[in-house]
Amino acid sequence: MVDALYTLFGGEGQLLYVVAVVTAILAIMVPVMISVALVVYFDRKIWAAVQMRRGPNVVGPFGILQSFADALKLFLKETIIPTGANKFIFLMAPMITFTLAMISWAVIPVDAGMAIADLNVGILYILAISSLGVYGIIMSGWASNSRYAFLGALRSAAQMVSYEVSIGFVLVCVLISVGSLNLGDIVESQQGTIFNWNFIWFFPIYVIFFISALAETNRPPFDLPEAEAELVAGYQVEYSSMAFALFFLGEYANILLMSAIMAILFLGGWYAPFPFLEFIPGFIWMLIKIGIGFFMFAIVKAFVPRYRYDQLMRLGWKVFLPLSLFFVIFYAAIYVYGGLLPVRG
Amino acid sequence: MEIALPDMVFYLFASVTVASGVLVISARNPVHSVLWLILAFFSAAGLFVLMGAEFLAMLLVVVYVGAVAVLFLFVVMMLDINFTELRQGMLQHLPLGGLVGFILLGELVALTLAWNFGEDVAKNAASPTPTDAGITNTEALGQLLYTDYIFIFQTAGLILLVAMIGAIVLTLRDRPGVRRQNIGQQVNRKPQEAFDLVDVETGKGVSLPTKKG
Repeated sequence: MVDALYTLFGGEGQLLYVVAVVTAILAIMVPVMISVALVVYFDRKIWAAVQMRRGPNVVGPFGILQSFADALKLFLKETIIPTGANKFIFLMAPMITFTLAMISWAVIPVDAGMAIADLNVGILYILAISSLGVYGIIMSGWASNSRYAFLGALRSAAQMVSYEVSIGFVLVCVLISVGSLNLGDIVESQQGTIFNWNFIWFFPIYVIFFISALAETNRPPFDLPEAEAELVAGYQVEYSSMAFALFFLGEYANILLMSAIMAILFLGGWYAPFPFLEFIPGFIWMLIKIGIGFFMFAIVKAFVPRYRYDQLMRLGWKVFLPLSLFFVIFYAAIYVYGGLLPVRG
Repeated sequence: MEIALPDMVFYLFASVTVASGVLVISARNPVHSVLWLILAFFSAAGLFVLMGAEFLAMLLVVVYVGAVAVLFLFVVMMLDINFTELRQGMLQHLPLGGLVGFILLGELVALTLAWNFGEDVAKNAASPTPTDAGITNTEALGQLLYTDYIFIFQTAGLILLVAMIGAIVLTLRDRPGVRRQNIGQQVNRKPQEAFDLVDVETGKGVSLPTKKG
């Protein structure tokens, strides 16, 4: 994507290359930021629809500008720093959360070759960045100097570390069938109609991945870190104004990212489901698939009750870990003994 | 004048690594120490990327930053550490610590000077990335680890497994009288064995049959 822009701009000089990189980053970042705002609105609308309420409906047509109004309100509020807080870390934490949520998007291909950085280890990069996500939460919990925040942070960290393990194994299963860590290659291995997509052949691990993604992003039914009934708001409890907004944006950007990864790994990325629909450009399909992923995230929030913390840990370590380990061996055996292993390069 | 960007980035990462390494041992607050350690890991990963060893870089972040350092941070945050007490012995232990560091440094130097590469390793050691342009370094590592060094690799895995089981055995205490939840049992319970419907006559009261389980 960067190289294409570089040649489009004329293709000369280092400065122009920097301009091309910045343009590419903006071309991904601005839509992500806008869709985060819209996605918050859709989340509330879906939740409201399930409970037969009307949801946000005042600001703008159908209330679609509600998120922007909320952002403006948060922007104008006072930033409060608790007296006992460790000021530097307290302010660093939301920035880290937000930055990490954004930089993962660098490797997500929205269409063939349309990623800021086409890394050979793209999927590992995403795994690495998402494992860093714990720090924003732990640091905020510790620096707030509040028991609620600290408990929430501890819960969240333990939960994210636990479910990362099974996400890792799910990725291994898919990677066995692809033979490359490059996200573009993963999508291209599912070329063709809906029947070639991974979610059919890998259905059991698709389910494991989805549930682990819920836990990884602290979404209901696994939103124990911010369980309002017991911990007020968990690690965010002492935050106000823009610091809170950064956490909020980071959280929803992460949810979108997980939907995008699901689209890439299991739903065939930018490919159309049927040949007669191929006239629609690839990035539209990608957007639709991210939307489907997000809809599942939102609808689960609406009708599943919250887990108890020990049950959450039990599910992660005693159910998902053995299951995903089993599926790694299962799929590896099929690919090795069936002679199906992909040969590359 | 063209600025050599890779050089600049190298010096940036290298100086951040060294500076945060120094701050790990000089920071007053242990939590800050761990955070500086994480920064050191992270910039070391950046150095790996510059060398073209992208797979190692990502592994460094996933394993050390994402898992090991999180546990460090956990332990340090949970411990009730008296900072001033911790500082007191600093000068007293400095010679001993310095000696250990010095010996380690000497050993590392001696090892590097007397290093002998195996025949087929020497070819690959020439550059951190595989010479064949068609192979990514993930594949190159895999082809080496799972062929020539498979037994060593598997042994390392077994040692880690033993250590893991050992840690579990050491911390496992059999505490009597703990009520455990058996989810399978709970799910399988029928209404008939869980409760009774009793008709209570007014003014008579009722004696409930005691149930087990």
